[in-house]
Amino acid sequence: MSDHQVNHPILSAQALTKQVSIGETQLTILHDITLQVNSGEAVAILGASGSGKSTLLGLLAGLDLPSSGKVHLQDVDLFTLDEDSRAALRGKMMGFVFQSFQLLPALTAIENVMLPLELTAADNAEKVAQKLLQRVGLASRLHHYPKQLSGGEQQRVAIARAFATEPRLLLADEPTGNLDSATGVQIIELMFELNREHGTTLILVTHDEVLSRRCSRQIRLADGKLLQ
Amino acid sequence: MNTFRFSLRMLFRDWRAGELNVLILALVIAISSLTTVGFFADRVELALARESNQLLGADLLVISSQPIPDTLAAEAPRRGLAVSSLIKFPSMISNGDSNLLTEVKAVAEGYPLRGRINLADNFFKNDDVPTSMSRVAEGIPLPGTIWIDEKVMTRLELKPGDRVDIGMMQLMVTELITREPDHSVGFVSMGPRAIMNVTDLPKTGLIQEGSRVSYQLLLAGELKKVEQYREWVKPQLTRAQRLEGIRDARPEIRAALERAEKFLSLAALASVVLAAAALALAVRRFTLRHLDGCAVMRSLGASQNQLFYLYLYYFIALGIVASTIGSLIGFAAQQVLTQWLAGIVDTELPWPDALPAVQGVMVGLVLLLGFALPPVLNLRSVPALRVLRRDIGLSNTHSVAGYVLGLLALSLMFIWKAQDLKLGLYIVAGFITAITVFGAIGWLLIRGLAGLRHQAGGAWRYGLASIRRRAASSVLQAVALGLGLMALLLLTLIQDDLIKDWHTSLPADAPNHFLVNIQSDQVQAIQTFFQQHDITQPRMFPMVRARLSKINGKSVAAEDYAHDPHAERHVRREFNLSWTDQLRSDNQVIKGTWWQDGTQDALLSFEEGLAKTLGLKVGDELTYDIAGSAFSARIENIRKVDWDTFRVNFFVLVPPGLLDQYPVSYITSFYVSPEQASVMHELVRAFPNLLVVDVAIVIGQVQQMIQQVSQAIEFVFVFTLLAGFAVLYAAIASTHDERIHEAAVFRALGARRQQLSRAWAAEFALLGGLSGLFASAGASALGYVIGEHVLNLQYTFNPWIWLIGTSIGAAGVLLAGMLGTRSVLSTPPLLTLRNIG
Repeated sequence: MSDHQVNHPILSAQALTKQVSIGETQLTILHDITLQVNSGEAVAILGASGSGKSTLLGLLAGLDLPSSGKVHLQDVDLFTLDEDSRAALRGKMMGFVFQSFQLLPALTAIENVMLPLELTAADNAEKVAQKLLQRVGLASRLHHYPKQLSGGEQQRVAIARAFATEPRLLLADEPTGNLDSATGVQIIELMFELNREHGTTLILVTHDEVLSRRCSRQIRLADGKLLQ
Repeated sequence: MNTFRFSLRMLFRDWRAGELNVLILALVIAISSLTTVGFFADRVELALARESNQLLGADLLVISSQPIPDTLAAEAPRRGLAVSSLIKFPSMISNGDSNLLTEVKAVAEGYPLRGRINLADNFFKNDDVPTSMSRVAEGIPLPGTIWIDEKVMTRLELKPGDRVDIGMMQLMVTELITREPDHSVGFVSMGPRAIMNVTDLPKTGLIQEGSRVSYQLLLAGELKKVEQYREWVKPQLTRAQRLEGIRDARPEIRAALERAEKFLSLAALASVVLAAAALALAVRRFTLRHLDGCAVMRSLGASQNQLFYLYLYYFIALGIVASTIGSLIGFAAQQVLTQWLAGIVDTELPWPDALPAVQGVMVGLVLLLGFALPPVLNLRSVPALRVLRRDIGLSNTHSVAGYVLGLLALSLMFIWKAQDLKLGLYIVAGFITAITVFGAIGWLLIRGLAGLRHQAGGAWRYGLASIRRRAASSVLQAVALGLGLMALLLLTLIQDDLIKDWHTSLPADAPNHFLVNIQSDQVQAIQTFFQQHDITQPRMFPMVRARLSKINGKSVAAEDYAHDPHAERHVRREFNLSWTDQLRSDNQVIKGTWWQDGTQDALLSFEEGLAKTLGLKVGDELTYDIAGSAFSARIENIRKVDWDTFRVNFFVLVPPGLLDQYPVSYITSFYVSPEQASVMHELVRAFPNLLVVDVAIVIGQVQQMIQQVSQAIEFVFVFTLLAGFAVLYAAIASTHDERIHEAAVFRALGARRQQLSRAWAAEFALLGGLSGLFASAGASALGYVIGEHVLNLQYTFNPWIWLIGTSIGAAGVLLAGMLGTRSVLSTPPLLTLRNIG
């Protein structure tokens, strides 16, 4: 929708490295990753299990701290902020879709979608949530609990939640990982549609080559290293 | 404000989804049992106080040797108290040539305010010895009439309608008193008695300057108002006036009441412990189930602060709602309990105070905020990264530090609830020690037991492995269950000892008559009389009347003790000195040593309370004036006397042989069955100088009271037991989610239902047995401490408790566990696995 934004980096990582120590040994999960994601882009981070792609996503979202390196979200250096400021920034700019949906079991579908809006004390939470659930095809399931919904339906709720705050950046971690392939395809379609409608930048973590090709760019990881 | 509303919304959502069931149930059961106990104990206390006040005829007496100013009586109605008065004095009552020194009570309208006067039903039909048939008097004697007791009737050979002379007046005998309040308060008033109308008193001309008269103002009403009146009147009392409530008057009733109150407090405290244990378990489950939600909220931009306030408000609201529900249930349950009890005992229980409800809500909040909130607030620090990696949890879900605040709050709560610093402190120390020791031993045992799993077979191996894998929650479960069971066992042990102790101190054949003023030359004849009438030979105690004249060589006068009316009375009056070489079992030397057999030294043994009142200690030299000559002796020891028994006891004892040269009389106490009542008339006829004091009525009343307290205690115990079930329920529910998952995985891997259920049975049995073992150890130790130091009970170690505690623990947890996990076992594994996602 806003072509002029293209080519402006919304997110960039410089020399990101993540090490963990297991007993005496130092294990490097991510090696010196430098990348840039432009506004409006859809980027797939591709790699086999254990390649470090989820770790990278966690760092890009500011959910975890690197051993060294930087991440800039627009002009903000993420790791100069404290955890709460990073959380606030996430609340404002990012949406998430997870492999395991991460819906709150005690909340109905509509309440799950309202949650991020309630956290920022938005006053039109219910209306927005209702509209989004209608958009993802769950108009008749507003008041169902997650356990009353199928996997595909749960992921639709999660997608609706991710778009509730009109984020600039959507981060998806293996969104079809827990779904059968037919449902997975539907979910991906829906996600890309919404992405287009909202002009959101998408970073998609997956091990699925076919899925990754739906994105405008692929970043490949193996053993914590960038293969580009 | 927004966060507050959001909190309430989240609370409502969790409640609606059933997330709070365990937590609310634990809290509601705990608070309702706490308030039931509180309300009930409160009512029982009020009832017991009122019951015992029947012995006094009022809730409070102002007693004076001078007429009591009208201002004191006038204040009573202003404070909502009922008021009456009486004047008591000794006087000769004559029937022709026969005279009898009688304790006369001239009473005003309204007397008695508590209790009642019973009159013989058959007095007019039959002038023989009255039977037990009696009716309650309506009002007081009419002017011109007098009501007499059996002793007056027998000795003066009176019939109804006879006229007796009292002072300058003649009164007509109209009724025979069978029972009256304040009958037995103090020895002095144990002679023949009569009641007349106070308006006749001036005409008798008996009350003159210097007459031995006791003026009494009787007051009764709500406990609080009575206490306020007491506070109001206290500073205005002159030296001639003093206050008397039942507790001031009868030591044996005071002791019984205080113990009952302490026990009821203990029961309430046990409920608090149970509530805390149930909550700790429920909260752990809550925390685990909310980890993901918090991580999601963190990833959605919630700050730590936001989550902190979210759960703070959430729990305050939850606490208020659950505690209020609990208090209401408690109030209702207590009403039912009271109705039920009312069918069994003959006491109308007064309405309880609102305090237990306030306490219930307060305890609920303190428990939640102090005990449950710290671990819940840890949720705010759950790493947001958990949304990507489920294995990242809270590093300190089991943090001991999290519970420290709770323990502190709980301890303060305890001390407040106990209303007895000593009891509160012992309980707090006991349970904190128990938590620490149980936790440490539990940890070691679980590690050790788990090491055995390679030797164990089948189900036991999985059971042990399961305990080991859940080491932290296993320890928490074992500690919580152990504490719960310990509280219950403790109550059982103490309740048992308490009731046993009361029954032994006041057995059915407790002495109910005292014989005073037996002369040396009558001892033999009286013993023969007893033998002839098949009454067990009682022990005769010698006594010599003496007045304290010097302490450590310094003369003492009553005026020296003007600041302490109690001490002043003791100095003014004559003591009975007695002697013995043996220390009786209801006496215990607490300072100094008992004297050796055959000692010739001039030594004294002093009762603890009196020594304290007079400020005396071991080594003090006292001089007594006995019949005009001086007798000096040194205090060798201080004795604690068990006043609960109705046996003869003396404030001051000396070794035998020292007082032989002084005029001695003897006193004894013995049991006379109701059928033998006529024997006492014969005894009095045979030895007219003897004073027979009949305390059968008092004993009966005390025994009845003890019966009531015992029943009350047993009822209260049932409610504490309910709180115990809450703990059990919470304990089983706390690992429910883990088990669902475990079951799904095991069954997916091909484990048969039976294999799984056996493994869990082994785990539950071990866990329960361990808790039972902890509980037995804790209850034995704490029971001993509380019994010995707080309730002054002869504590008996019960070796069975170990077996009982361990078996009940194992069986109870096994049963509850298997019932609680039945549904898990019958759920198809795929359904479970899918739900877990």
